[in-house]
Amino acid sequence: MTFPRLLDAGETALVVEFGEAIDDAVSARVLALDRAFAAAPPAGVTETVPTYRSLMIHYDPLVLDRAGLVALVRARLAAGGGAEIPAARRLWRIPACYDSALAEDLGVVAAATGLTGAEVVALHSGATYRVVMYGFAPGWAYLGGLPPALGLPRRTAPRGRIPAGSLIIAGGQAIVASGAMPSGWHIIGRTPERLFARRRDPAFLVAVGDLVTFRPVDRPTHDEMAAAVAAGQVVAEAEETG
Amino acid sequence: MTPRLHVVEAGPGCTIQDAGRHGYLRFGVTPAGPMDWMSHRLANRAVRNPPGGGCIEAGPGGIVLRAEFAPVALGIAAPGFAVARDGSPVPACGRITLGPGQTLAVLPGRDGVWAYLAAAGGFDLVADLGSVSTDVRSSLGPFGGRALRPGFRLRCRQRAGAFAPDCAAAAPDIRRTFIRFVPGPQAESVTEEGLASFCSSPYAVAPRSDRMAWRLAGPRLAHRRGHDIVSDGIALGAIQVPGDGLPLVLMADRQPTGGYPKIGTVIRADLPALAQTRTGRTVRFRAVEIDEAVAALGEARGAVEQAAAALG
Repeated sequence: MTFPRLLDAGETALVVEFGEAIDDAVSARVLALDRAFAAAPPAGVTETVPTYRSLMIHYDPLVLDRAGLVALVRARLAAGGGAEIPAARRLWRIPACYDSALAEDLGVVAAATGLTGAEVVALHSGATYRVVMYGFAPGWAYLGGLPPALGLPRRTAPRGRIPAGSLIIAGGQAIVASGAMPSGWHIIGRTPERLFARRRDPAFLVAVGDLVTFRPVDRPTHDEMAAAVAAGQVVAEAEETG
Repeated sequence: MTPRLHVVEAGPGCTIQDAGRHGYLRFGVTPAGPMDWMSHRLANRAVRNPPGGGCIEAGPGGIVLRAEFAPVALGIAAPGFAVARDGSPVPACGRITLGPGQTLAVLPGRDGVWAYLAAAGGFDLVADLGSVSTDVRSSLGPFGGRALRPGFRLRCRQRAGAFAPDCAAAAPDIRRTFIRFVPGPQAESVTEEGLASFCSSPYAVAPRSDRMAWRLAGPRLAHRRGHDIVSDGIALGAIQVPGDGLPLVLMADRQPTGGYPKIGTVIRADLPALAQTRTGRTVRFRAVEIDEAVAALGEARGAVEQAAAALG
């Protein structure tokens, strides 16, 4: 199979697919094409949605027809697919508390991976991740870059609502959960930060393509920060790395 | 004084919907928006609102409203519902005026699932992320993202106006013999026999269908290679086939991304027909090319504008 493939999701969305697996190189190409569309949005393109494997381009076919859109995509791919446009490359340091009361599944994850709890925390907080997509619910950031040693399947029984800010892992992927929602992933910590707050400007802190690391904080610091976040402050720190 | 609409009774699933919360799919935000975009657009156009203005979307149980303080001109598109003002029937599609103290009952009729009501000039509502659409699951939109309940009051933007005569619209025909879909992006994820039986068998709209998905009951579709894929984008009308093999069509309140294969996408022009099909009734699907889908979309938009223009 040759990539990229152009696939139709009906007459109002085109999928540019760069692969079928979770792969940093695939994700980089998705994000590059996304940047190319963001840098010069064509009339008729309403939204682009990057995911692990592909870019979904939503369009109005009565403004820009499929052939016209395909020509634009091919031209952009031929010109390097947007790789020449530098990513914003902010590096976010997100506070993370791994206190056992906020990390319900840390023991289970440790047992399943043959690591100690401290080793799981060291691996999760020692890695640098890239936000490769959002999904599931507003502000749920899917991160690429989870250390392979932390790869394990989902829980057999999903939970009701997991708390907002939960740091969860499953299937070799890591997520920062923004709002409380049901989930079958393993909870290994919690951040007091909120990647999405509808009344805050900006409502979403972290863009797709940004880098993320976790800075371990103790429980009292977490609780103080949670109070600050509730009062409208941002406690994650961003650094321009461009 | 500006008029208000007081919700007297509300069946389940009554919400506020504009054209949807656009621009935030990339942040995981559900787009919401109307289940039947043609009726939604007609209700707005009937009172000369922008086509994507915020409307009341009433669910299958209907809604009862009372006007307060001043008359309010309403655009209405409630195909199949029984609509009455103070007990006397009024057109289910068109423009009506509700005087202060008068009650409008939009109640289940012979057909239909979703009914739309637009106030001339729009409702006075605060937008979340640029949209007044209710998203119950994410608590976004007016009233804290909750469905409409008795006792809620909707302020209308229009100034007090005179009563105008009621006017019925010749509603565009949204009925379809077949629900057409464009195959892909993962049509090959089910077996050839599966795809063939999807196109040749009737499917009933199953219970637990809601604004997120219209569930289908009929022949199960077998996957070729398992039912988990790496997440990709989900378009409006995507026909998703999860592990149990029973297809479901993802509607307005879908998540913007997901990890089940999608064998096709219902074309925009036929989504209203599907959304207005009640639980237990059957539909048939037919695969078409993009060109047919685009032509049908142009015709559908034109039909709505024509119906609105005829109202004057």
